Amino acid sequence: MIHSLFLINAAGDIFLEKHWKSVVSRSVCDYFFEAQERASEAENVPPVIPTPHHYLLSVYRHKIFFVAVIQSEVPPLFVIEFLHRVVDTFQDYFGVCSEVMIKDNVVVVYEVLEEMLDNGFPLATESNILKELIKPPTILRTVVNTITGSTNVGDQLPTGQLSVVPWRRTGVKYTNNEAYFDVIEEIDAIIDKSGSTITAEIQGVIDACVKLTGMPDLTLSFMNPRLLDDVSFHPCVRFKRWESERILSFIPPDGNFRLLSYHVSAQNLVAIPVYVKHNISFRDSSSLGRFEITVGPKQTMGKTVEGVIVTSQMPKGVLNMTLTPSQGTHVFDPVTKLLSWDVGKINPQKLPSLKGSMSLQAGSSKPDENPTINLQFKIQQLAISGLKVNRLDMYGEKYKPFKGIKYMTKAGKFQVRT
Amino acid sequence: MAASPAYGEDKGGASSLGEPEYGHDPASGGIFSSDYKRHDDLKEMLDSNKDSLKLEAMKRIVAMIARGKNASDLFPAVVKNVACKNIEVKKLVYVYLVRYAEEQQDLALLSISTFQRGLKDPNQLIRASALRVLSSIRVPIIVPIMMLAIKEAASDMSPYVRKTAAHAIPKLYSLDSDQKDQLIEVIEKLLADKTTLVAGSVVMAFEEVCPERIDLIHKNYRKLCNLLIDVEEWGQVVIINMLTRYARTQFLSPNQNESLLEESAEKAFYGSEEEDTKEPKAEAASLAKRKPYVMDPDHRLLLRNTKPLLQSRNAAVVMAVAQLYFHLAPKAEVGVIAKALVRLLRSHSEVQYVVLQNVATMSIKRRGMFEPYLKSFYIRSTDPTQIKILKLEVLTNLANETNISTILREFQTYIRSMDKDFVAATIQAIGRCATNIGKVRDTCLNGLVQLLSNRDELVVAESVVVIKKLLQMQPAQHSEIIKHMAKLTDNIQVPMARASILWLIGEYCEHVPKIAPDVLRKMAKSFTNEEDIVKLQVINLAAKLYLTNSKQSKLLTQYVLNLAKYDQNYDIRDRARFIRQLIVPTEKSGALNKYAKKLFLAQKPAPILESSFKDRDHFQLGSLSHLLNAKAVGYQELPDWPDEAPDPSVRNVEVPEWTKCTSREKRKEKAEKPFYSDSDGESGPTESADSAVPHAEPESVSEESGSSSSSSSSSGSEEEEEEEEEGSGEQSEDKEEEEKRPKRKDKEGSRKDQWGEQSLSPEGGCGTGGSASRAVLMGLCLWGCTYRAVPMQVCYQSCPHAAVPWGHWGCPHRAVTHQSSVNPFSLNPAVTPPPPQPIPSSSIISTSLVTDLEGLTLTDTSLTPALLSPAFGAVRTYELLHRMAGEGLSVEYCFSRRPFPGDPHMVAVHIQISNNTDAEVKSLRVSEPKLLSGMRIQEFPEIERLAPGDTANVVMGIDFCDSTQAANFQLCTHTRHFYVSIQPPVGELMAPVFMSENEFKKEQGKLTGMSEITEKLTLPEKCRSDHAIVQQVTSAANVGRVPCGADNEYRFAAKTMTSGSLVLITLEQREGAVAQLTVNSEKMVIGTMLVKDIIQALAQ
Repeated sequence: MIHSLFLINAAGDIFLEKHWKSVVSRSVCDYFFEAQERASEAENVPPVIPTPHHYLLSVYRHKIFFVAVIQSEVPPLFVIEFLHRVVDTFQDYFGVCSEVMIKDNVVVVYEVLEEMLDNGFPLATESNILKELIKPPTILRTVVNTITGSTNVGDQLPTGQLSVVPWRRTGVKYTNNEAYFDVIEEIDAIIDKSGSTITAEIQGVIDACVKLTGMPDLTLSFMNPRLLDDVSFHPCVRFKRWESERILSFIPPDGNFRLLSYHVSAQNLVAIPVYVKHNISFRDSSSLGRFEITVGPKQTMGKTVEGVIVTSQMPKGVLNMTLTPSQGTHVFDPVTKLLSWDVGKINPQKLPSLKGSMSLQAGSSKPDENPTINLQFKIQQLAISGLKVNRLDMYGEKYKPFKGIKYMTKAGKFQVRT
Repeated sequence: MAASPAYGEDKGGASSLGEPEYGHDPASGGIFSSDYKRHDDLKEMLDSNKDSLKLEAMKRIVAMIARGKNASDLFPAVVKNVACKNIEVKKLVYVYLVRYAEEQQDLALLSISTFQRGLKDPNQLIRASALRVLSSIRVPIIVPIMMLAIKEAASDMSPYVRKTAAHAIPKLYSLDSDQKDQLIEVIEKLLADKTTLVAGSVVMAFEEVCPERIDLIHKNYRKLCNLLIDVEEWGQVVIINMLTRYARTQFLSPNQNESLLEESAEKAFYGSEEEDTKEPKAEAASLAKRKPYVMDPDHRLLLRNTKPLLQSRNAAVVMAVAQLYFHLAPKAEVGVIAKALVRLLRSHSEVQYVVLQNVATMSIKRRGMFEPYLKSFYIRSTDPTQIKILKLEVLTNLANETNISTILREFQTYIRSMDKDFVAATIQAIGRCATNIGKVRDTCLNGLVQLLSNRDELVVAESVVVIKKLLQMQPAQHSEIIKHMAKLTDNIQVPMARASILWLIGEYCEHVPKIAPDVLRKMAKSFTNEEDIVKLQVINLAAKLYLTNSKQSKLLTQYVLNLAKYDQNYDIRDRARFIRQLIVPTEKSGALNKYAKKLFLAQKPAPILESSFKDRDHFQLGSLSHLLNAKAVGYQELPDWPDEAPDPSVRNVEVPEWTKCTSREKRKEKAEKPFYSDSDGESGPTESADSAVPHAEPESVSEESGSSSSSSSSSGSEEEEEEEEEGSGEQSEDKEEEEKRPKRKDKEGSRKDQWGEQSLSPEGGCGTGGSASRAVLMGLCLWGCTYRAVPMQVCYQSCPHAAVPWGHWGCPHRAVTHQSSVNPFSLNPAVTPPPPQPIPSSSIISTSLVTDLEGLTLTDTSLTPALLSPAFGAVRTYELLHRMAGEGLSVEYCFSRRPFPGDPHMVAVHIQISNNTDAEVKSLRVSEPKLLSGMRIQEFPEIERLAPGDTANVVMGIDFCDSTQAANFQLCTHTRHFYVSIQPPVGELMAPVFMSENEFKKEQGKLTGMSEITEKLTLPEKCRSDHAIVQQVTSAANVGRVPCGADNEYRFAAKTMTSGSLVLITLEQREGAVAQLTVNSEKMVIGTMLVKDIIQALAQ
């Protein structure tokens, strides 16, 4: 399975290497650098690169390439999914996953990697188990450790490793017992030139933060579970119960976790909460182009649309833009040709707009493509699909927990073609 | 020591950690260079007594290793600390050892004894990590020690250590492959391990060491299938991939007949989760008679148990299941994976990349599967180019007559993208659509021609190449386009495009007789400045023109050939020489000259534009080899389906431990236990079935004569007595059981109260021994059973909280009404009315009847087999709606085995509804039944109101169409709807039938061959008496006993409810415990399932 792992930064330096079998020379990464050179952008580096003796499988996250070296047949998704899990674990441990953070905590990183794989095969990937084996570094613990000489490494087998509920450790205690659930929905949409929807679908997740004492057994039911078209669960959710009763029944992991992700299919009508009016034109003769965008709310169920950011990749021919926004701030980067307009809140009475002109490269003909507009926005207190949690019950423990449910709708990959 | 060269390497310095310029070139520095001293501080720290100093030193060393710097010269100093008390120091020393032991083998040996000691440590974590490190230091000398350690750890108490042992196997194998035979033994042993923790790791070891030893899997196949859902996700991937290969060798192809109907017949019986079977039931039934292909139940088991994993959060698991379905499932069922794969497209771009590659391959073979998700493959401007191109590939594969217009409109947008590679790919895709779908060829061609005026040269060039391919299909109609393209030669510079145009003009010069020579003239002028590929085409064009229009082009051709003769490129020189010889007639030129025209202007077949993903599915999907389209090292070929199925019995396990895990079995086990204990000392059931008439018998006889109303009240009390006895039996049994599983107890505790309360409420009405049945309820409550160690089915779907026989709760008045409605049946002398009391010994009734009727039936005048009174074995209750799920409303059901009044084809289902809320429940009714075609439901009359704490009993009839498919419907109250389903055990789909021995033999004679299923079994100790056997069989299935001359043989007969097909069961007891079970039925599927159920019932 996984032979070695190399971490490579944007500058092409290998700043960490780990081997689970015999050492593979880091010169193997030359093949990777070659491929990187061929692909103009980082995300175009093929995730699987064959070399004469090895195969390099890589993921690119947080401006770091995680390159796994394998020697024989293995399902590529197995490795890729594992690498993503490594990144998630680092993020979980250190808050952010960056080169600096990894370098600062290189020993913990090494210990964690050692536990995650044995002979290249995943051993412990549940962050709950890992955290019992190797405690995440905190300032307090570092201070205490230097004084008392105690360590970050647990000397007992984590209880989760053997239990039938591996995601939860035993003996969890809280003074305030709380369980929060965030229903977050993202709208993926492509809107065509005329404003009609080409494709729209809703991808939702329920992220939970559960801090409950003991071994609580929770059930979460929905008012309208039939909405959920395709779901994937955290392993803690009892699948059969969902199948038969459409109820989420689970013993939750401790802390933050993603309970469920779901999909509301394109077959159902998806309400599009915003519209964009645009008028972008290049004229053949002059070196000036007109640019005008207005953003407005539509089907928002009475909620305000906030956190609106409009970005657009302008054609190469655009040299500069002179724009005036009616609200918010805008930036045009003449190098990357990226226009970004931070709108903020949409006031339905006074629609935000951005107007002005573009100066084009003199002499060259007008660009034949119009830029696509990418939109980001947020709507609090609303799940656009209409999904509603009915109730949350707890069994197995005596105390009364504090329960909270929050809804939010966001733009996912929301594109407007012009 | 062998270590000395390593000392010389790279002394740069531990102290220079922060220096980025620190070289890792091992060649620098001599052995005794001054740098060498720089590690001294680290050594000193390691030698000190303070753990904190040691730790600090180790941390610095590990940081060096992490950066890829050489720290091997510290080996002696580090290895001394292997026995350090501080756990973190120890761990870091392990990290160091594993990294450098291979280079410093002799020194590494010093540490071995520490690990050997660690292997004996009482702490399982230490045992496991000692084994981990021991097996990870790649020192060949210690192979025997490793072997010994692995063997020992494989039988360790702790599953975690056993898991580590499984991990160690491939390590040892890669170190010394001679150990293979011994390692296979260990693998075999660990494969038999029943814990989920070990399963994944040992299969991984199996795959690395001995993937060819498929025989090791047989005995563990079913266990692996059943454990799968609880194995950790990485293990799941490995197991699923292995099982895919296994299934390909052991089962027959489900698609061999290519008949969808065959499949639907299969689905009807096995695919209990399949809700989307649309094929009519009746067809399935009729097909059952002649169907040549029956899916192996094990094959079905695999498909069924992997399906829920499509919901996994782990993309690798989803992909593994998807490829399993693609390679193994009947065509009609593969569709389920599409949705899950489309979901993965939301994930990271690397995941998308891999998934799209696989979708591209699948979409060629099974286009229909992804068609509903077409829009999910639409391309966003923010997608990375490699993803865009793959999506384009999928879109092209999905294009058909109906959706092509939408796809082409989408392509139009793509053509205007800024990403030029992507635009080029789009043009290619349009070309492919045009070749595949004749309808749109002209539209596409027009679109592409418009692109010829595009400003971007790359776009134009790509269009030219594609147009060339399209024109080849029907050149005659498109001379206009060819003319247009001829004009382009003036502007277009991309060599490939120029070459394409020239080839086109040459090939179809007859369609453009005026232009062609002119183009040649221009090209001759610029010949020397052209690219090689263009030059070759110019020569080509010249040659073709010379042959067709020599008058105008003779001189030009000569000129071009002369230029080519002195070209720098030898290919061009060769070509010129070759062509001159061919076309220009000289005295030297041979016979070929005559055929030159034929050679050059032969009709050439149009190129077929094919997907690069075509036929990639001969690689196992989801594999690295598939992705690379080349065989990767260690790839295991996916075998073809066998023509003949290998013996399926190899997967039988003597003691079918695993079967107990499935919900139905569990229920059975619980419900039947009381009978065993009863049979030792109780009055009724113990009596031998053939001899003495038990006390219950007069009741049933009187019932038969028609006095139902009077007997019903007495039967009520009778019933209660029976129940009480039974209850106490169960109680004692239950105590035993509780002692057996003390672990479960505490969990159960909290639930006990709830259930106790609940069970008490209905009892109030009946006034029977509450405490006894309460204990039963508590004991049988599976709620507290281990959480995920047993398959989910047990825990959730049908947790048999209470398996108390049904009549016990039956409110008297309800029972009366029911029985009077049954009354008309009693007028028919052949059909006895249902016995009023659920006496747990069916045999008694049936045999007593047998003796009564024997005179009639032993004559040869054949009577049609008459329906016999349903035998009352243990009536098991199943849960329809759990109290928590139903928000206080709990519903249970049982198969009463009485005929359903009004419709002989329906199975009567008794339903008990208890209202545990503190509000009244109103208008309880059944609605929106979702049934497979052919199935029918006779709903129970609406219950107007149900007071809090009250219980209602109702009967509904379901015609299951002789299949074990669940009947799904909604249970509605005035406020809520609950989705519920009733799934009948196969034994409930039939009604007993009476026949004589002769008749039985005659019928049996008709049902041989395919309709006969024989299985050998061993009867357990307590199940060898006549009574026990009859009891078990009748409890497993609703059958009637047939008299039999031989005393070691038992015969039973029944008819299926819907189609009335006979089901004949023969159990022949041979010496001692061995017995043979034969089931004859034209419904083979029912037969197979019945055999399984009866064997399970008898084995308990």
